[in-house]
Amino acid sequence: MHPAFAGLVTIVVGVGGCLAYFWLSNQFLDKVLFPAKGPNAGRNINRANMIRPWLFLFPALFALTLYLAYPVVETIRLSLTDRITQPDGSVVYDFVGLQNYAQMSADPKFWEAMFNNMLWLIVVPALSTAFGLLAAQLTDRIGWGNIAKSLIFMPMAISFVGAAVIWKLIYDARPPDSSQIGVVNAIYVSLTGNDPVQLLTVPFWNNFFLMIVLVWIQTGFAMVILSAALRGIPEETVEAAIVDGANPFQIFFKIKIPQIMGTIVVVWTTITLVVLKVFDIVFAMTNGQWGTQVLANYMFNQLFVARDWGVGSASAMVIMLLVTPILVWNVRNARKEMR
Amino acid sequence: MDNIAGTKSSLTWAVHLSVVVLVFLWLFPTVGLFVSSFRTADQISASGWWNALTASEQNLTLRAGAPDTQTQDGTLYVIEGNLFAEEGVPEAQIANWGVSARELGAFQPGDTAEMRNGSQITVESNGDYRQTSAEEFDGRRGDRVFVTAEILPDFTLENYQQVLLSGDSTDSMAKAFFNTLTVTIPATIIPIVIAAFAAYALAWMDFPGRALLIAFVVGLLVVPLQLALIPLLKLHLGIGIGKGYLGTWLAHTGFGLPLAIYLLRNYMVGLPRDIIENARVDGATDFQIFTKIILPLSFPALASFAIFQFLWTWNDLLVAKVFLIDATGQTTVMTNQIVELLGTRGGNWEILATAAFVSIAVPLLVFFAMQKYLVRGLLAGSVK
Repeated sequence: MHPAFAGLVTIVVGVGGCLAYFWLSNQFLDKVLFPAKGPNAGRNINRANMIRPWLFLFPALFALTLYLAYPVVETIRLSLTDRITQPDGSVVYDFVGLQNYAQMSADPKFWEAMFNNMLWLIVVPALSTAFGLLAAQLTDRIGWGNIAKSLIFMPMAISFVGAAVIWKLIYDARPPDSSQIGVVNAIYVSLTGNDPVQLLTVPFWNNFFLMIVLVWIQTGFAMVILSAALRGIPEETVEAAIVDGANPFQIFFKIKIPQIMGTIVVVWTTITLVVLKVFDIVFAMTNGQWGTQVLANYMFNQLFVARDWGVGSASAMVIMLLVTPILVWNVRNARKEMR
Repeated sequence: MDNIAGTKSSLTWAVHLSVVVLVFLWLFPTVGLFVSSFRTADQISASGWWNALTASEQNLTLRAGAPDTQTQDGTLYVIEGNLFAEEGVPEAQIANWGVSARELGAFQPGDTAEMRNGSQITVESNGDYRQTSAEEFDGRRGDRVFVTAEILPDFTLENYQQVLLSGDSTDSMAKAFFNTLTVTIPATIIPIVIAAFAAYALAWMDFPGRALLIAFVVGLLVVPLQLALIPLLKLHLGIGIGKGYLGTWLAHTGFGLPLAIYLLRNYMVGLPRDIIENARVDGATDFQIFTKIILPLSFPALASFAIFQFLWTWNDLLVAKVFLIDATGQTTVMTNQIVELLGTRGGNWEILATAAFVSIAVPLLVFFAMQKYLVRGLLAGSVK
C-alpha cells in the first residue's frame, strides 16, 4: 500500500498547496498590500482589482508557458543543433543549421513514416466520420438508440494499449493445423481453406489493420458530436423537403449534410489531430516494423532508442508543422467568436 | 422528425438491422477480450472465444487407476473409478475412445475393449470405467486410455488471481495498478484547481490582454505533446526532479491545462451576469464570488474535464514512459506493463487478456457512470 499512501499524501499536499496559494495570495493582496480601509481605501481597491486577475492566472500561465510554449521554442533550437558529449563528460549543443533535417530526409524510414502518416490522415478521419455519421443518423431514429450509442461510444474509454491487445487477439494467427483463435483468420481459413496469414506482417495492408483500431475508437466520438448537430437541424427544412417529395436518402444527403457541414469539419480536424499524434497503437502492435512506421513512433525511436536528439527534434517539428494550419484556423475561429 | 404523419419510413426494419450490425461489430472485440480473460490457457488455444459457450472436442490421454487400487470380485481382479478423477483434468463427455495411440476413437462409450495385457475395460460416456482381469494386475501405473472428449464450457477466475494477487514479478498488475492511481488522481485534480481560477479570470475579470491570452490558450490546445518530451525531460533532469511522480504530475498538468481552461471558460462565460453583478454590489470579493457562486454552478463543466483528464492520464503511455518510468521499473504503470507483457507473454492470451481487462475496467466504469458529463464536455470543447 506504500505507493497508494504516498499518492494520498501528495494529493493532499499538491491540492492543498494550490488552494493555499490562491487563498493566501488573495488575503495578502486585500489585507496587507492594499487594505480596503484607511485614507487610500478607494485607490487601494482599484489597485487590488488590477492585480487580482494575474494572481488567478499566474499558476496556469506559468505551467502553460513552461510546459507547452517553451518546449516549442526549445525544440526548434534542438532541431538545429547536435548534442555532443565532450571527453570530460559535459554535453554541448553545437549549432549545425539544417543538417538534422537533411539527415532525416535521407532516412528511408522517415519517408516511410511520412507516407504512412498521410495514409492515416486520409483513411482514419474519413472512415471515423463516415461511420460516426451513419451511426448518428441511424440511432437517432430508433427507440433503443441511446443504448446503441453508448455501446458504440464505449471504445473511447479504452486505452490505445488496451485496444492494441484487443485487436491483436482479433488478428491472431495460429499454425495451419491448429484451430484459429483470431476471428479474422478463423473466417479466412474456413472460407478459403488457405493457410492462416500473419496479418500484421503483410506489407502495406498491415497499415490498414492498424488504422481500423483507431477508427474503432474514434467513431463514437464522431457519432456523439454529429448526433447533436443532426438534432439541431431546424425541423422546417426537413418538413419542407418531405412536402416536396424528397425520399429519406435525398433528405439526408441534400438537406441534412449541408446543414451540419461545419460540425463535420470540426470532427474531421479533431480526429486529424489525434491521428498526427498516434503513437501507442503502432508502438504496442508493431513498433513500426514491417513497414508500419508513423511519425510519432519514428520520433520516439530517434529520441529514446537511437538517442539522436537533433533528428528527433527535427521530426517533432515536422509534426508541429503539420498541425500548424489547424492551430491557426482554431485561433482565428476563436477570435471571431469572441467579437 | 422523420416520423411526421404519413412519412413514416419504410426503412425502419433496415435501420434496426443496421444498428444491430454496427453495435455487434463495435462490441465484438471488447467482448472477446472479456470472455478470454475467464478461460484457461488450454481452452483459449483449443477454440476461438466465440465458441466458449459450446463444448469443444479435445483428445486426452488418461489413465485408469494404478494396480494397487485393485479389488477382487470372485475370481476377477477389478479396477474401477472415473477417468476424469485425475487432477487437472477438466470435466467432459466422452465421444469415443481407444486403448492405443494408433487407434484413437475405435470404441464408443459403453463398449468393452481388450487391452494389451489381456484385461478388459469398459468405459462409459461420463468417464466411469471398469477394468477386469483374470490375473492380478501388476506394475506401478494404470493403463492408458485415449479419449476424444467433449469439454464442457468452463470459466475460471484463476487468471485474475494470477494477475492481481500472485505477486509474480512479470505478470502482476497490482503494483502497476496502484502506480497508475498515484499518477492519475493528482494529475486530474491539480489542473482542475489551477484552470478553474484562470478560467474565472478569463471569463469575468477585466484586464488588458485578456483576448490575447484566450487566443494563446486556444493555440496551445493543439500543440502536440511530442514536442515537449525532450525539452521538459532536460529541464526536469536539470532542476533535479528527474524521473518520477512529481515530474509526471507537472507534465500532465501542463498538457491538460489548455483544454481545462478552454472548457471551463466557455462554460463560465455562459453563467448569468446578474448573479455575479448582484454579488459584487453586495460587497463580495472576487475570491468569494469564485468559491461561493462560480465553482458550485460550474460543476457540470468541472466534471466533464475531470473525466477527460482521468481517462487521458489513466490511458497514457507516452508521458509515463518519458517522465516516470526509470531503469529500476519500480514505477511502471499499467499501460507500460501491458506493452511489456505483449513482448514477454505474446502468446499467453489468458494473461494478456486479463491484464488488459484489469486496466480498462476502471475507465469503462467511469465511462458508463458519468457518460452524461463526458458527452457534454465533448460537445463543449471538441478541439483537442
